[in-house]
Amino acid sequence: MSSKHIDKFVEISFGAGILENLQNLVSAALANVKEAQDVQVLDQVRVDYLGKKGQITALLKTLGKLSNEERPKAGAKINEAKQQVEVAIREKKATLEGAALAEQLKSEGIDVTLPGRGQKAGGLHPVTRTLQRIESFFSNAGYSVEVGPEVEDNFHNFDALNIPAHHPARAMHDTFYFDAQTLLRTHTSPVQIRTMESQKPPIRIICPGRVYRCDSDVTHTPMFHQIEGLLVDKQVSFADLKGTVEQFLRVFFEDENLDVRFRPSYFPFTEPSAEFDIKWAASKTGWLEVGGCGMVHPNVLKSSGVDPEQYMGFAFGLGVERLAMLRYGVSDLRMFFENDLKFLQQFN
Amino acid sequence: MKFSESWLREWVSPSLTTEELEVQVTMAGLEVDGVDAVAGEFSGIVVGQVVSKEQHPDADKLSLCQVSDGSETFQVVCGASNVREGLKIPFAKIGAVLPGNFKIKKAKLRGVESFGMLCAESEMGMSDSSEGLMELAENAPVGADIRDYLKLDDSIIEVDLTPNRADCLSIKGLAREVGTLNKEDVTEVIINPVVPSIDDKLTVSLKAIDACPKYVGRIVKGVNLKAQTPLWMVEKLRRSGVRSIDPIVDVTNFVLLEQGQPMHAFDLAKLDGGIDVRMAKADEALTLLDGQEVKLKDDTLVISDQAKVLAIAGIMGGEFSGVTADTKDIFLEVAYFNPVSIAGKARNYGLHTDSSHRFERGVDYRLQAAAMERATQLILDICGGEAGPVVETIEESAMPSEVTVTLRSERVKQVLALELAKADISDMLTRLGMLVTETEAGWTVNVPSYRFDISIEADLIEEIARIYGYNNLPVNTPVGALELEVVEEVNTPIQTIKQFWVDRGYQEAITYSFVDPKIQKLVDPELDGLALANPISADMGVMRTNLWVGLIKAAEHNLNRQQDTVRLFETGLRFIPTEGELDQHQVISGLICGSRLSKGWNNTSEKVDFYDLKGDVEEMLALGGQSGYRFEVGSHPALHPGQCAAVYKGDKKIGLMGALHPVLQKQLGIKSQLYVYELLLGDVIEGVLPEYKAVSKFPEVSRDLAFIVDESVQWSQVEEMIISKAGDKLNSVTLFDVYRGQGIEIGRKSLALGLTWQDPSRTLNDEEITSWVNDVVTSLTEGLAAQLRG
Repeated sequence: MSSKHIDKFVEISFGAGILENLQNLVSAALANVKEAQDVQVLDQVRVDYLGKKGQITALLKTLGKLSNEERPKAGAKINEAKQQVEVAIREKKATLEGAALAEQLKSEGIDVTLPGRGQKAGGLHPVTRTLQRIESFFSNAGYSVEVGPEVEDNFHNFDALNIPAHHPARAMHDTFYFDAQTLLRTHTSPVQIRTMESQKPPIRIICPGRVYRCDSDVTHTPMFHQIEGLLVDKQVSFADLKGTVEQFLRVFFEDENLDVRFRPSYFPFTEPSAEFDIKWAASKTGWLEVGGCGMVHPNVLKSSGVDPEQYMGFAFGLGVERLAMLRYGVSDLRMFFENDLKFLQQFN
Repeated sequence: MKFSESWLREWVSPSLTTEELEVQVTMAGLEVDGVDAVAGEFSGIVVGQVVSKEQHPDADKLSLCQVSDGSETFQVVCGASNVREGLKIPFAKIGAVLPGNFKIKKAKLRGVESFGMLCAESEMGMSDSSEGLMELAENAPVGADIRDYLKLDDSIIEVDLTPNRADCLSIKGLAREVGTLNKEDVTEVIINPVVPSIDDKLTVSLKAIDACPKYVGRIVKGVNLKAQTPLWMVEKLRRSGVRSIDPIVDVTNFVLLEQGQPMHAFDLAKLDGGIDVRMAKADEALTLLDGQEVKLKDDTLVISDQAKVLAIAGIMGGEFSGVTADTKDIFLEVAYFNPVSIAGKARNYGLHTDSSHRFERGVDYRLQAAAMERATQLILDICGGEAGPVVETIEESAMPSEVTVTLRSERVKQVLALELAKADISDMLTRLGMLVTETEAGWTVNVPSYRFDISIEADLIEEIARIYGYNNLPVNTPVGALELEVVEEVNTPIQTIKQFWVDRGYQEAITYSFVDPKIQKLVDPELDGLALANPISADMGVMRTNLWVGLIKAAEHNLNRQQDTVRLFETGLRFIPTEGELDQHQVISGLICGSRLSKGWNNTSEKVDFYDLKGDVEEMLALGGQSGYRFEVGSHPALHPGQCAAVYKGDKKIGLMGALHPVLQKQLGIKSQLYVYELLLGDVIEGVLPEYKAVSKFPEVSRDLAFIVDESVQWSQVEEMIISKAGDKLNSVTLFDVYRGQGIEIGRKSLALGLTWQDPSRTLNDEEITSWVNDVVTSLTEGLAAQLRG
């Protein structure tokens, strides 16, 4: 209720004394509320007017002096005045608290662009990163990951793979030897043999790992990584091999239109054998060789205890560093084994 | 193998451009390594003849020549030392354009006018370098365009042949291949036997029949070594990368290139009696054609006469018995040597010749007589002479037997996922030289004597696929049963473990598996690493017995490059020889040094210590949900004796961690203190399955205690004693402070710890707790001389 209404009421109903007082009190209280600059002062205003001993509260106590007719109306008027003051105090309080909070928040502001605290994360080696991607493609398709020893014997590295002693292909492998029978594996293919010796087809595996060749120059390191795939089942065709290799390369380079071509080649452990190239603009011929593959040679199946009349298989192998170089644009193979943090951190 | 395209086209000439031919043979498995023009692009060069030669009046090294082009004579100033009167040379006349768009104009050299230029091979883009002018044959037609005369519009194609395709190490073989690919017939050279005009012959005795079951010999007398090898042959040889030497050697090389049959010519006058083909005696000496003197091993097949060794069979002839300019009579050898007996032998003597390259891959075992006739005819044509009879000595029992392969059409279809017309397959195989008989199920195929790579059905299927074209074959996605496989949940995937170290701030390293034996001996003096017989270098000579050697080297590399904080980990095999066996175990290993946190505005600059690494190792071990790991005082020669822990899983020691020994640090010259660990990966991977225990609804009660103990008392002793005395309701023991200093005697330390108890079914009362605390205090006081702090 506005003070205008109160004035009217006063004229009609009351003797000037009490009601003039009420009007003055309300005006004074509202003025005090307006002046209050903090919550404590405001609270004092509340106590002064509305507290147990407050001035407006005191007016209520004088109602007894009024007649029975006048009393309810006057009481209502005083309560209205009291509420008016209460509302003003509440609103002012909210304003003051809001200002105080804003002040506090302002003072608590920080430079959010400063770097965070604590340990920085490291990263996987690019070869591992590459291998993990490849492993995930194949494990999603039902291949399992197999590994084997790196110090191998002639049988698993050569003989069982249809590479007899004195075969020209042996000389091509630049093998590291420990003695006449023991060597560092020159490819991951021995893992195929070990797997076929211990598991029954159908076999779907990939074999990642370190391999070794006695060769070191700008494009060769004496240790590098290969990943090989092997699938042995009742009916496996060269078309399946082509499809698998082609899909793998397209998935790896995330290019569904990547051109892949297969050229006849020679590996003693596969027949027919092929090398596969991808279309690569930077290469002289427009193609870049990325790996070898073929249908598992019947002699290899036999020497691993698998009947080549019942089962067929395909195998493919790729150099992991080469794939990583193509994928990430690394130009120097030797960087992979220097373990320079400035190189490694680029793959984090 | 390098060959001239035009030579190939004399045999078979499909209508393909050079580029198309290049792609075609590459896609058939004869990978083209490079194609080079026989000569550069030039015009206006003719056959010229030096009519006269005088000294240049003002220059010692220049000559003043009069050169004829057949109709006119020109004055040309020339600086070549081999210029002489009568010589025929390539003559670039005024207006000629040499490679690189170099135009020949009238010029003045030291005041004398020169009308043209006499050319060397390199100036015509025919070789990379040359000494002096190119000397043309005496019968070269003066005035003829040099491009026409030398047939220079030709390419040199180099194919990189896989070791199975020895049959393509000749023009004859390449032509057969190209003919098959294009379904074109091949024009073979016709070889007619040369009727002997003399009776001279040498007896040949085969004394190592497995290595040499067949030897064909023939004497040719009265050959003229001064005769000139015809230009066509010189050019064919040159374009195959073979230099012309003398007509006899040129013919043997020509037959090698054309037919694929290596042969050798001996000077008959140097031979003593008949020929023996036998194994060398150990240490027998021979001076080879290249002047090198070798001591022979007894595994080497040699050709000898009755007095001495003449040649290493199939590899290289001897100097003494070789043909020279004075040779009059020759003895020609054409043999079949078994590939196994030749393989690897040349390499053993540090040799690699065109002959050994072919013999170790396999030379057509039926080619010898024909090759002998071809060579004889060419020699008689060029050098004249009288040929004796061909003497073929053969041990049939040791000759390769003809291979017959059964090919099933069903199998072809199965492997290639393609049904080909039977007639097409027959045609392909027939063109490849196979004798094909159709049967109900497919074919019976007789493999020709030059295809050493074909012995089973799969080999023939490859031939069909190759000729059909790998890229024309269908493409499929394999289909398999969608079976689920068990994945053992207790095993932490290795990816997870690696990711853990990455998240903890470590960079994954991959270091070589072979290391410097000297460094390894410093790090692991008690083990002898497995040594390589043929290391690539001395500092990669021995297999690592731990991964620390490589990681330390990697750390050093980075410390030397302004990195002060290094955190690395690696997984891989270590190779530990034990009692004649070799343990190849996967391990995980790591290294830290430098600051705990990277340099930052709000990061501490404290250095890492043992406990930083231990915290990381402990958390890795916790990945498998297992708490049964223990760290005990350990020892290793590479580690600080006071800061080395052995890690146990149950009773098994699974690895070590610690600070690198200060003496080792000094020996390695590394200033920053390194901390390393290495654990068996298999044991880290294998964890336990989580097992639920009811979560108590009743409050936890805790008590804090502090004890003073001797420095020598280990926390694990205190912890163990507390666990055994604090009752079965004990939830946890937490060490929250270790204090030394004011208020504590020197040699003692204060341990502050918090104990909590909880019961799943009720609230614990004060009396129980007090009684357990008392038990703990009493046992620590009595057992470890601990003193409770008030």
